[in-house]
Amino acid sequence: MNQATTATGASDVAYNEDVVRKFVLAATFWGVIGFLAGTFIAFQLAFPALNLGLEWTTFGRLRPVHTSAVIFAFGGSIMFATSFYVVQRTCRAPLFGGKLLANLIFWGYQLFIVIAALGYVLGVTQGKEYAEPEWYADLLLTVVWVAYLVAFAGTLMTRRVSHIYVANWFYLAFIITVAMLHLGNNITLPVVLFGGDSLAKSYIWASGVQDAMTQWWYGHNAVGFFLTAGFLGLMYYFVPKQANRPVYSYRLSIIHFWALVFLYIWAGPHHLHYTSLPDWTQTLGMTFSIMLWMPSWGGMINGLMTLSGAWEKLRTDPVLRFLIAAVAFYGMSTFEGPAMSIKAVNGLSHYTDWTVGHVHSGALGWVAFVSFGAMYYLIPKLWGRTRLYSLRLVTYHFWIATIGIVLYITAMWISGIMQGLMWRAYDDLGFLQYSFIESVEAMHPYYVIRACGGVLFVLGALIMVWNFIKTIQGDVRTEDEFVAPQSAAAE
Amino acid sequence: MANVEKDPVTGTNTTGHEWDGIKELDTPLPKWWLTVFYASIIWAIGYWVVYPSWPTLNDYAKGVWETTNRLEHAQEMAAVAQSREVWTSKFEGKEISEVAADSELLNYAMAGGRVIFADNCQPCHGSSGSGAPNYPVLADDDWIWGGTLDDIQQTVLYGIRSGHDEARVSDMPALVADEMITAADADKIADYVMKLGGQGGSDAGKDLFDENCAACHAEDGAGVQELGAPRLNDGIWLYKAGKDGVVAQITKPNHGVMPAWSGRLSETEIKQVSIYVHSLGGGQ
Repeated sequence: MNQATTATGASDVAYNEDVVRKFVLAATFWGVIGFLAGTFIAFQLAFPALNLGLEWTTFGRLRPVHTSAVIFAFGGSIMFATSFYVVQRTCRAPLFGGKLLANLIFWGYQLFIVIAALGYVLGVTQGKEYAEPEWYADLLLTVVWVAYLVAFAGTLMTRRVSHIYVANWFYLAFIITVAMLHLGNNITLPVVLFGGDSLAKSYIWASGVQDAMTQWWYGHNAVGFFLTAGFLGLMYYFVPKQANRPVYSYRLSIIHFWALVFLYIWAGPHHLHYTSLPDWTQTLGMTFSIMLWMPSWGGMINGLMTLSGAWEKLRTDPVLRFLIAAVAFYGMSTFEGPAMSIKAVNGLSHYTDWTVGHVHSGALGWVAFVSFGAMYYLIPKLWGRTRLYSLRLVTYHFWIATIGIVLYITAMWISGIMQGLMWRAYDDLGFLQYSFIESVEAMHPYYVIRACGGVLFVLGALIMVWNFIKTIQGDVRTEDEFVAPQSAAAE
Repeated sequence: MANVEKDPVTGTNTTGHEWDGIKELDTPLPKWWLTVFYASIIWAIGYWVVYPSWPTLNDYAKGVWETTNRLEHAQEMAAVAQSREVWTSKFEGKEISEVAADSELLNYAMAGGRVIFADNCQPCHGSSGSGAPNYPVLADDDWIWGGTLDDIQQTVLYGIRSGHDEARVSDMPALVADEMITAADADKIADYVMKLGGQGGSDAGKDLFDENCAACHAEDGAGVQELGAPRLNDGIWLYKAGKDGVVAQITKPNHGVMPAWSGRLSETEIKQVSIYVHSLGGGQ
């Protein structure tokens, strides 16, 4: 395919935008559910009476509802929506497998989410963090995921351009690795096959430290390939499109891609420092996490530096602001992560709220913000509108959500470090100074602040939903253009 | 690469590719990025040399510093123990009453006992021994098994119904459930127990009480600590308060369990925590 025709546009290709629209709407719905669930359980930690004395509403059952809703239901739907949108356009080919396969993927995935969530509330769980669904839900997800790989890889193979764009490398790495992780971590024996009477119970093949290592090989790479590689794919399309600038460095994208996928897969053991995991495994997990620092930052550099010559757009384009703030949060959490993997730091940070804060600076700041940016980009295009209903509302969403994140992560930094210090404090006579319960009592004000941060984040998301509804209805709010201040224009 | 063009903003060439309008610049790798990346790799290799790292078929590289988590932990704990040695050595060979009589040792025992209590006892007995539903208050003088230093130490060492050979054991019979008395009798006894504690009730069950209960709980309901038979005439209840609770306990009693701490805590630590509990308000 010759380059000149590529550049002329793609009106001759019948892209499947229906499935993208469905996944964007699903992501919006699940996002709000997931943020609400997270805020509710944050209040439960501050005020335990909110467990309501019912088994279905206890923290233990609602926490996986929150994590799965935000990671798999919201994040997953964003991944499907954007990867299908991006792969078709950057390959100039319609989605492989036609409408039937696309619909199978959409409805199959939504069914998986509902089955998983019902299981959590009813107390059905494998007890593996981020892999709680039982064997039958795992099998359904496997079918859906293979269909996803077929649709995505099939589109790549029928592409009408010679090279594969970097965004698609990341998406493909995400799809393949998540498949491998899912299968590796969910090798279970349903008791019903061995004369047991419970359909909803199974046992993992491995036990003890082998199971723990498998779990965190999975858990860490769920972060690495679901929330990092996949969303870097998203970033590589939507940042240059929204900024209307070329990607900063092709070479950096190659090197950091291969370095990232090679190094990330080793880093899981840093979740098991100072446990019965062998020393040598801990060492490898920690050192690979440190080596991962620069490969992670390669994505940040490529995202931020793509704005070279277009920095003033941050003043006038709140959608771009979401995308770039996301990349900045990404850079911050991928520095914090390797730092926390160092055993000396981990000795203080592990089992404290610092870890929770770290996860949320990545989840709220990076994953959710870059997703919001992509959704604000996609909604007008997918429904054929000239622009969003209101850019002012995007600005409100941005600032309210940002304040929410800052409240969240600063509260968790303080409470986490305080917990770590209280647990290791000795008095003059060589006795531990605080009991565990005293450290729990000391957390209360920070849990309240964290929950308030969550309220702001939900509020921002509701503003976004309103903006989407009005945009899809075709309304356009009369607003003054954002004008760059004089000093910026003079540069 | 026919479509390589110069980006007017940065002056860098593009790679000549284009996807959906997106082009890429051919910018070289940032030098600082590459330098830090190499440095982190070199640091990792150095770490592998000195710490346990790569596995072999049957073993793993031990590292030239020959250290492990377990070794470091044992060293740190030994250092803590050593720093406490000055004090703990003074406890050796001393009875708990001798420790309590020495003001210096008493101060030390109180400081240590507070921490030991908070980490081991507080989950059931509450902060400062304030008790919890079904777990006795330790800050009053209503002792089931005795409130002297030696009594408390004995309870902590071996526990109550803990399965330890020396454990304190009492066994209130299930009078109604085992059909030793009728439910109507239990109701009368409970009424009389309420009367003993000055909480209303009536004398109707006095004979039944004397016949079935007084052997352990004493005729006036003052209890017998040697038998672990709780005092019934002070209005303090371990389980549900009021007549209903007494009826339930006569019908089919709850039997609480306290673990034996010998073997879990050192003798010195048990002396410290016993002295601390003794000080909470009810020590005899």
